[in-house]
Amino acid sequence: MADEALFLLLHNEMVSGVYKSAEQGEVENGRCITKLENMGFRVGQGLIERFTKDTARFKDELDIMKFICKDFWTTVFKKQIDNLRTNHQGIYVLQDNKFRLLTQMSAGKQYLEHASKYLAFTCGLIRGGLSNLGIKSIVTAEVSSMPACKFQGQKG
Amino acid sequence: MSRPTHRRPEYRKINKDLFVLTYGALVAQLCKDYEKDEDVNKYLDKMGYGIGTRLVEDFLARSCVGRCHSYSEITDIIAQVAFKMYLGITPSVTCNNSSRNEFSLILDKNPLVEFVEELPAGRSSLCYCNLLCGIIRGALEMVHLAADVTFLQDRLKGDSVTEIGITFLKKPEEKKYRRKK
Repeated sequence: MADEALFLLLHNEMVSGVYKSAEQGEVENGRCITKLENMGFRVGQGLIERFTKDTARFKDELDIMKFICKDFWTTVFKKQIDNLRTNHQGIYVLQDNKFRLLTQMSAGKQYLEHASKYLAFTCGLIRGGLSNLGIKSIVTAEVSSMPACKFQGQKG
Repeated sequence: MSRPTHRRPEYRKINKDLFVLTYGALVAQLCKDYEKDEDVNKYLDKMGYGIGTRLVEDFLARSCVGRCHSYSEITDIIAQVAFKMYLGITPSVTCNNSSRNEFSLILDKNPLVEFVEELPAGRSSLCYCNLLCGIIRGALEMVHLAADVTFLQDRLKGDSVTEIGITFLKKPEEKKYRRKK
């Protein structure tokens, strides 16, 4: 769908814009990731509100995570999460083997260290979505091999 | 692999919401980072330029439009094909001058401002949708057409409609080629 191209390009421009206006260094890098994550948070909150307007109430936490993995991910990224794991004590790991925002990049090791910049917004998206469904969480992401990535959500 | 042939209408709407909400978050962040409205406008335009240079390829691949022979044809395609494809709206086109190089796109519905009630206090000269101007400018430049694209009227600022003005600029290389021949 054509809309996807617009969002992908906007997201990439946002990432490059945020990093261009920052200087080098660990602290700056963290600040940029925070900026992107906060933007994602706002969007996630709004999006989940519009999305769950007419859906039934969720039974429990696992139900919410399944919703995020199936319906939410399908609407936003056109595919479902490939693997959801949990330790039943508040930690969930969502694995996407072909993450939409990373597929346009080389699949080797060349951009592995930069990949985390492109995941920050989505971490915020998940955190915002969960927050408006009543779950306060911390969401982090890691990439071991492009374009697969894992999002880890921790309650609290 | 099978794909669902028709999506529930809500999915398409939410997809568009994603872009609109992301844009809103971006503008909000920029307003926090820059004090002056001109800086925010400039930044949005620059960002739009970057997007436009890439979007035009996606557009040409999807739409298979033929070669255009006049500025008015180009503006019509921008309004009727490109805007429809990416934003789902069809602005109307008017020509502003007799030399046929100044056009206006009149948007009576603007999906980007769907969730915007009004501009924040103290931000009265913010061009909220300046990204669009940058996108059009970047896209045109990639097909070797220099143009100035600005907002002439903006509903968020109190005007009755939102109007984007496109002024095609004369290419300096044209004269060079003529001399060679």
